[in-house]
Amino acid sequence: MEEEKFDVVIVGAGPAGLAAAYVLAQAGLQVLVFERGEYPGGKNVMGGIIYRQPTEAVFPDFWKEAPVERPIVEQRLMVLTKDSAVTMGYKSARFAQEPYNCFSVLRAKFDRWLAGKVEEAGAFILPETVVEGLIRENGKVVGVRTGRDDGDVRCDVVIACDGVNSLIARDAGLHAELKADQVALAVKEVIALPKEKIEDRFNLEPGQGATIELVGEATGRMLGTAFIYTNQDSLSVGVGAIASEFAATGIKPYELIEALKNHPAVKPLVAGGETKEYLAHLIPEGGFKAVPQLYADGLLIAGDAAMLVNSIHREGSNLAITSGKLAAQAVLQAKEKGDFSAQSLSVYQKLLESSFVMKDLKKYKYTTHYMESHRELFTVYPEMITDAAYEFMSVDSVPKGDKQKKIMKLVKGRRSMLRLAKDMFDGWRAIG
Amino acid sequence: MTTTVEDKLFTLKFKPDEHSHLELKDPEACKSKCGNRPCTTFCPAQVYKYEDEKLMVSYENCLECGCCRIACPQQNINWRYPKGGYGVTFRYG
Repeated sequence: MEEEKFDVVIVGAGPAGLAAAYVLAQAGLQVLVFERGEYPGGKNVMGGIIYRQPTEAVFPDFWKEAPVERPIVEQRLMVLTKDSAVTMGYKSARFAQEPYNCFSVLRAKFDRWLAGKVEEAGAFILPETVVEGLIRENGKVVGVRTGRDDGDVRCDVVIACDGVNSLIARDAGLHAELKADQVALAVKEVIALPKEKIEDRFNLEPGQGATIELVGEATGRMLGTAFIYTNQDSLSVGVGAIASEFAATGIKPYELIEALKNHPAVKPLVAGGETKEYLAHLIPEGGFKAVPQLYADGLLIAGDAAMLVNSIHREGSNLAITSGKLAAQAVLQAKEKGDFSAQSLSVYQKLLESSFVMKDLKKYKYTTHYMESHRELFTVYPEMITDAAYEFMSVDSVPKGDKQKKIMKLVKGRRSMLRLAKDMFDGWRAIG
Repeated sequence: MTTTVEDKLFTLKFKPDEHSHLELKDPEACKSKCGNRPCTTFCPAQVYKYEDEKLMVSYENCLECGCCRIACPQQNINWRYPKGGYGVTFRYG
């Protein structure tokens, strides 16, 4: 084929790439999106929550027609030890009302739908195509080299939305190789269950959904979290932990997810279900300090490729969509000036900094380090909390005053009051 | 409903390329330089097995997460994406 020229080439049809493509195509630019999977969504994995407001800011009213699974009306946190669970939760009728707060989704279906909207807006999506590198002239990115025969494509700007492994960002020299303590490895199963069973087990009205995040024993005491999300007629059950911890402990991810499914607090929720799919994925966990330079001459980076994940609030898709949108806006401004230099495209950085994306990442700048240096959050504290709850709730003719003393002793025996105060103070500082 | 890694991989749709997208830069290093070969435990698809003093790479089972690329202590894996349209396809995601 003859070498073609587009205004913008986008690498990767995930939330970041599709959001960017949608905004640019609507503005009338010639946009080409490359996707290495058989179809958009075919390689895309997340736990499964999409947030309504940031998604709607790009795709208005999407939830009315998109294949979302269930609106989430209750979110729980479970602290697990070997045989126990302490649960906290928030359920609200406010979340059960339109336009809703967030939804569970299955990405193969959802991303494919988004891609359809992007094509309707006039962008081209070319699946089954790996972008193998950037074409540069005089240090400026002027196109991409694909795995297809004669597959060079030229453009004014490339937006790399190629996910956590972002080979493009590294090809551009924008970020060094990731380290094993900067990513989490997560595995997940989609477990089929009848709708009525899901609604009974999770205490839900028909059509409503719930999420549970789990810590402690759920991750084999590694730095990480597990999750259970309700889909229409399946559950997404998964567990993730920092990759270096998997490497150091020798814990096998597929055994860890089995242990989770067989935990006494989880087993009745998944019982009788049939595993329909098993998935694995990396999640950027480096936070603010891992975010690389996001622009170069003729190049922008968005989504996971830019390490834009807020792991404290398990948010990623909303940062991806928002960064894709802002990258597109930066390109539109550059197009008006006819200047696609790094300096002109740097407006993207400013747009991100004035949005929740960078503000949130900045706020939690020290949180990852806090968790790494306070291992007790994943080991000592879960046991302390469940043992205290056990004492508090066991009725055994021991006077309550004695019980309180016993609980205090139990706490002090594992963590001195001073250490306890320091852990809390450090934690407060890390998120405050 | 306990399932093995083989059962789990069986749920997936794979279209394997003829050529491996996972190449050991120095196959000898896995034997001589690497201590506990963590790839044989952390890989979620058990792509890596150490047998007869050799690291076997079942690339056709790869879930393309990239963990081995980053967590190999020897940085010994030349990791590429499979050819366009090849590799794993998720039907749920």
